[in-house]
Amino acid sequence: MSKLEDEIVVDDPTAPSEDSPAVSNTRRVEIITLLLLLALAVLLAWDNRRTGMSWDATGPQAGYFPFYLCVILAAACLWGLAREFLTRGQASETFVTRDQLRRVLQVFVPTLLFCLAMQWLGLYVASFLLIAAFMVFVGRIAAWKSLLTALLFSVIMFVTFQIAFDVIMPKGPLEALFGY
Amino acid sequence: MEAFGLLLYGFSVLLTWKTLALMMVGLVLGIFVGVLPGLGGPNGVAILLPLTFTMDPTSAIVMLSCIYWGALFGGAITSILFNIPGEAWSVATTFDGYPMAQQGRAAEALTAAFTSSFIGSLVAVLLITFLAPGIASFALKFGPPEFFAVYLLTFCSFVGLGREEKYKTLISMSLGLLLAGVGMDTVSGQLRMTFGSNDLLRGINFLVAVIGLFGISEILLTMEERLALRGHAAKISLRVVLKVWKELPQYWVTLLRSSAIGCWLGITPGGAIAASFMSYNLAKRFSRDKDSFGRGRIEGVFAPETAAHASGTAALLPMLALGIPGSGTAAILLGGLMVWGLNPGPLLFVEHKEFVWGLIASMYLGNVVGLILVLTTVPLFAAVLRVPFAAIAPMIVVSCAIGAFAIQNAMFDIWLMLIFGVVGYVFKKINIPLAPFTLALVLGNRAEDSFRLSMIGAAGDMRVFWSNGLVGSITTLALILLFWPLIAAALARIWGALRPEVVKPHV
Repeated sequence: MSKLEDEIVVDDPTAPSEDSPAVSNTRRVEIITLLLLLALAVLLAWDNRRTGMSWDATGPQAGYFPFYLCVILAAACLWGLAREFLTRGQASETFVTRDQLRRVLQVFVPTLLFCLAMQWLGLYVASFLLIAAFMVFVGRIAAWKSLLTALLFSVIMFVTFQIAFDVIMPKGPLEALFGY
Repeated sequence: MEAFGLLLYGFSVLLTWKTLALMMVGLVLGIFVGVLPGLGGPNGVAILLPLTFTMDPTSAIVMLSCIYWGALFGGAITSILFNIPGEAWSVATTFDGYPMAQQGRAAEALTAAFTSSFIGSLVAVLLITFLAPGIASFALKFGPPEFFAVYLLTFCSFVGLGREEKYKTLISMSLGLLLAGVGMDTVSGQLRMTFGSNDLLRGINFLVAVIGLFGISEILLTMEERLALRGHAAKISLRVVLKVWKELPQYWVTLLRSSAIGCWLGITPGGAIAASFMSYNLAKRFSRDKDSFGRGRIEGVFAPETAAHASGTAALLPMLALGIPGSGTAAILLGGLMVWGLNPGPLLFVEHKEFVWGLIASMYLGNVVGLILVLTTVPLFAAVLRVPFAAIAPMIVVSCAIGAFAIQNAMFDIWLMLIFGVVGYVFKKINIPLAPFTLALVLGNRAEDSFRLSMIGAAGDMRVFWSNGLVGSITTLALILLFWPLIAAALARIWGALRPEVVKPHV
């Protein structure tokens, strides 16, 4: 059939399943976020009060503007919390299902490790490791394809930024070996 | 006709091989960014910004704005072929674009989308060419109180007119303004909200926050979804292009109306998303054959695409003339201006003529070249989607990290980017809008400075914001917009109370 030739099909073998149980609902996450933001507002308000939030001979002091922003932020958080309180008992949407959380962590944890590895190995080596490992373990792509892609990408990035555009990135022992 | 002469000057700045090559590179990268899942206009521009740090400002802005045009074009490809809107503003394009592709009219739909995008931005660029210099020269007379009133107007219209819940917009905006204040205070030199940290001394860099908020968080969100896709490949032949172009004149009302909606919503911080939906709905309402919408009607592609592009382009008008961005991407371009050492605002038109007119000329040229480029290379870009996301995701992460580090050469910024990535993920899932945050973060310092300068000038008298007709009306308008939902409700009630008396005699 000629129709099939015109189609592009991409599969997602590790897709999150539809009936995965919920880990948390939106309401709970929203309340936690609002409480954290409220705490931040109080902390920053306290700091700005210390800096000076009143007026002196030259006009408003350094803490004046941010202090009142903290007040607005805190008020908005309380407004949101009050709303949540008034509508309690109503059903809330799922924030994230277990399968979805697993997939999100599959990207987040490697990204975190990548940022850590960058401190010692430099950006280019760390990015090689990240791309190769991610493609092999998360994407289940053949090892040679993954290693080749990762190597090519890292080298292209190095040539583009270090050599062509002169943008300096964190470098590690391997780059030092080549004299960069 | 002064604008015309200056425009020609702009083209003369632009027409060098180096600039033209950068334009092509920008457009290709932009279309990539628009087509790939988990990347969009703002992220693309933010991630690729470091590439431009060593260029001169004119080449840099030409390349970045071309990335932006490319992303706008690219969004349409996935909406039509795969029913996956690459950008939120392409959602309305899928309503009729995808059915057209299913009927085997993909090429027609794509041509319609690209052509109408082109028309939309052309109208908006014309508006910029003839309106922006006037507004800028008018704004040259502004003092600190006027500027603060304009900033206030921008912030208030977000709160009053935004579709999100008000407290969420307020949270997003006040948080952005607060974080903009971290670090050294520009007026008194005092340290604020640094808690003794040396890294916070530099402040929270706007671009680092944007890369985290839009780049990293978008990857997390994309991974949550099922990434399998099924769509149509398409080739565009010259015959189809000419056929669609021949039909174009009969849709001139839709095109004109959609351009107008786009321009208006682009200048006010309403955005391309609202514009595309609004113009789709209006096209449907005014159509004689309403039921055919949603089943593959070409007008249903024309309307949203024209509006989205007009709005995306018009968003640059307030950025150029006043230094106030009309969209998230415009805010990032504004951040770029500051990195290149330019001071955004009306003075740009006086001090950096070659920059401003080079940019405006590049909007014309970029859209023409972009149109030809997408029409000829669609199959290539559609094939990009065959690359598994598992290969693309880590590459985007690396690009984000490069971008975040390059801005200030600080490892701290990498961690900041990661934190903002998580914040962006959570905010998007609980519907706290990110656009007000972005805008507040980029404008925060300047808004505060203009407030304090006006206060110093007026010896602390708040009445300075009503001291003359201009600043007074802007401030009043800002307050009206802030309380618009309340005012609208009150008006509706008054209207409702009056109406029965009028109607009763007839009953």
